[in-house]
Amino acid sequence: MNLTLKIWRQKNASDKGKMVDYKVNDISPDMSFLEMLDVLNEQLVYKGESPVAFDHDCREGICGMCSLYINGEAHGPDRGVTTCQLHMRMFKDGDTITIEPFRATAFPVIKDLVVDRTAFDRIQHAGGFVSVNTSGNTIDANAIPVNKHDADDAFSAATCIGCGACVATCKNSSAMLFVGAKVSQYALLPQGKVEATDRVLNMVKQMDEEGFGNCTNTGACEVECPKGISLENIARMNTEYLKASLKG
Amino acid sequence: MSGILNSSIGRKFAMALSALFLMIFILQHFVINLLSVFSPDAFNEVSHFMGTFWAVQYLMQPILIFGVIFHFVMGFILEIKNKKARNIAYVKNNGAANSTWMSRNMIWSGGFILAFLILHFIDFWFPEMNTKYVLGDMSGMHNGEYRYFHELQEKFVPLWRVAFYCVGFVFLALHLLHGFGSAFQSVGANNKYTKGLKGFGKAFAIIIPLGFIFIALFHHFNH
Repeated sequence: MNLTLKIWRQKNASDKGKMVDYKVNDISPDMSFLEMLDVLNEQLVYKGESPVAFDHDCREGICGMCSLYINGEAHGPDRGVTTCQLHMRMFKDGDTITIEPFRATAFPVIKDLVVDRTAFDRIQHAGGFVSVNTSGNTIDANAIPVNKHDADDAFSAATCIGCGACVATCKNSSAMLFVGAKVSQYALLPQGKVEATDRVLNMVKQMDEEGFGNCTNTGACEVECPKGISLENIARMNTEYLKASLKG
Repeated sequence: MSGILNSSIGRKFAMALSALFLMIFILQHFVINLLSVFSPDAFNEVSHFMGTFWAVQYLMQPILIFGVIFHFVMGFILEIKNKKARNIAYVKNNGAANSTWMSRNMIWSGGFILAFLILHFIDFWFPEMNTKYVLGDMSGMHNGEYRYFHELQEKFVPLWRVAFYCVGFVFLALHLLHGFGSAFQSVGANNKYTKGLKGFGKAFAIIIPLGFIFIALFHHFNH
């Protein structure tokens, strides 16, 4: 496959940045999208140019590190996959592919396609955890009865890898699918109920302080989420937040 | 509790509550308007009651005005905040791949509904307020008979107004097609009734505006 790539290049956080066109030839349809970018970078290094910076780590679709807004969609045109699991067979020979960083005021660009997603870390620090007494008398989690339906829903919510595709996709750059998933995975389990009030209030407060937008329920986040996190989690977070506001 | 309206979820919740309230009002407005098709006398009676009963005039009407203003002002505030949340736009964004046009353009459908409402107020509400509270005529009569049905028919004579009203109702349908389900999602509805509610919302969003269009056309062609 021979392709034209339109890629966002930005030297650093303060640089204005611009789209730059590149040609890549002899790309195998079996390559992953990131492998295709590796080929481009080898060409650029060979020519003495700066390679395109992009995030990646496990390249197995589970770490949440890769990002990229490809042809107008977070993680590209395929469904239920991260960019590292997107394969070039999704494109045609001769295609022009537009590659941009995840865009949100709360996700500033560091370089080229790499964005700072530590806003998510700060939201997690605000309450995305369960405090466990490690005195030696900790109850075995398996000894605590959990309704099967709740356990399944909590597990589904917990599959969120925090990649930020929801924010990138949302027309309002809202982080509510991410926060909804993190709130839900604990709110559904007995271990999480003790700190439920503080958790949701603190996480939502931090989310707002980070400058994410408001959810307008377009549902785009659910469609583009590589882990299929459901909008039900946002509804659950809304209920948890309203309950907590009345209590707290 | 005090900071709830300063939070993103609190604002969503308030927006949804005002939307649900306005949807109930639209239903009530539709039912009364529909009476004008079947019985001018019944329409006159109900209009006079709504226009003169103290609880409607001094209690429900101010709440309604507050609800309308709140919904529009909050809608614009949220839109500005949401625009700020993405300081650099995408060069290429394929929104149609993951969401409906209605959901992405609530501000535009809402904006057109606002334009429609301004005309609607100029047509009906301002003259009504003038007659009742400036001129002090609470009788509802003109030339010895109730004036409401006659005024309604008169307004739907010009084709341009009927066309503008019909376009306004189309935008209302587009707004409701997303807004109904969205309001329930915002208040946290997530149970066995959610799917049914969404289906009901789609029917509501199509039937009510279509009904309003029918009423406008009916009076245009039957005056």
